[in-house]
Amino acid sequence: MAIFSVYVVNKAGGLIYQLDHYTPRSDTEKTFSFPLDLVLRPHDERVVVAFGQRDGIRVGHAVLAINGAEVNGRFTADGKDVLEFLGNPANYPVSIRFGRHRLSSNEKLMLASMFHSLFAIGSQLSPEVGSSGIEMLETDTFKLHCFQTLTGIKFMVLADPRQTGIDALLRKIYEIYSDFALKNPFYSLEMPIRCELFDQNLKLALEVAEKAGPFGPGS
Amino acid sequence: MSRSPGRKQENHKISRELFVLTYGALVAQLCKDYEKDEDVNACLDRMGYSIGIRLVDDFLARSAVRKCRSYSETAEVIAQVAFKMYLGVTPSVSCSSATGNEFSLILDKNPLVDFVEELPAERASLCYCNLLCGVIRGALEMVHLAAEVSFLQDRLKGDAVTEIGITFLRKPEDRKHRKN
Repeated sequence: MAIFSVYVVNKAGGLIYQLDHYTPRSDTEKTFSFPLDLVLRPHDERVVVAFGQRDGIRVGHAVLAINGAEVNGRFTADGKDVLEFLGNPANYPVSIRFGRHRLSSNEKLMLASMFHSLFAIGSQLSPEVGSSGIEMLETDTFKLHCFQTLTGIKFMVLADPRQTGIDALLRKIYEIYSDFALKNPFYSLEMPIRCELFDQNLKLALEVAEKAGPFGPGS
Repeated sequence: MSRSPGRKQENHKISRELFVLTYGALVAQLCKDYEKDEDVNACLDRMGYSIGIRLVDDFLARSAVRKCRSYSETAEVIAQVAFKMYLGVTPSVSCSSATGNEFSLILDKNPLVDFVEELPAERASLCYCNLLCGVIRGALEMVHLAAEVSFLQDRLKGDAVTEIGITFLRKPEDRKHRKN
């Protein structure tokens, strides 16, 4: 049972804190000979697997490294285009590492703002007045739990769908925020949280919540 | 003043005397720094405001009160839950206007003035506990309720009771942001 990450969004929709607690590492490195039986295509700034899923390499995984050297977007470490490199039989056999691309901090900022807007739309769409807004977003691989305080700060926790006790965890994170971020006289409100004590106590709270497991206390 | 961190229930209590003395030292220093009473009052209000904007989240996190649906509910929560939690006293609430947006909190016991008998002659218009007004104002603002808070009566100035007046400024909107 795992808690994947925690996001804290301020009143204006800006991300002020983000923690990746557990990322399932699913990198796979394999040696290939020409021709490559995977279909690769460029996507945004990366080269991703479009078809040909096998052996732990899934559709959507990005090329992370070639022959041990990390790729730089669509180019290899020495500046050659990845797709051209892999299209040339002279470069084979080649060892390629595939894996899920991790979000950059800019992407996380954008996604947090988008969620903030969706949250606002959600409360407006509600047929009842005074809706609490989006509380949970469920997918097959994770559940996103959101708690908005009466002061407008949102705490979001992405966790395994079977993880319980997230409501209590969200309240606990609110307490930790009010203690170690707000009571720190050098922390300005609505700004990114850079408080060591906040980090430490948050990690402790996440570990306690994880240990409680699926049969843990609370709902 | 007690918190319960982590797994162990540790109650860290600080001496009340220390708190009251600290507040007294603060007011005394401000009196030395500023000549006019209005300046001291304004300074206390500002300090209280910056405390209030941070304190409100602590209050909401620990007391788990629900969103208030009316001004009178808000005033009740301030008096019965917040004052009790932070100062250990429970003022009584009364609504003093027909429009329903002016309230008074009557404090019969005020820990901050435990050791103060009366104001010195040259500081006759000093609001000794003006910090509290700033705290309430800041806290209400963070939950989207604008209010004016001031001392209507003060025992230190010779009145019978200490009375804090809260006047809510905006009409309640039908949106989800309501004070609690």
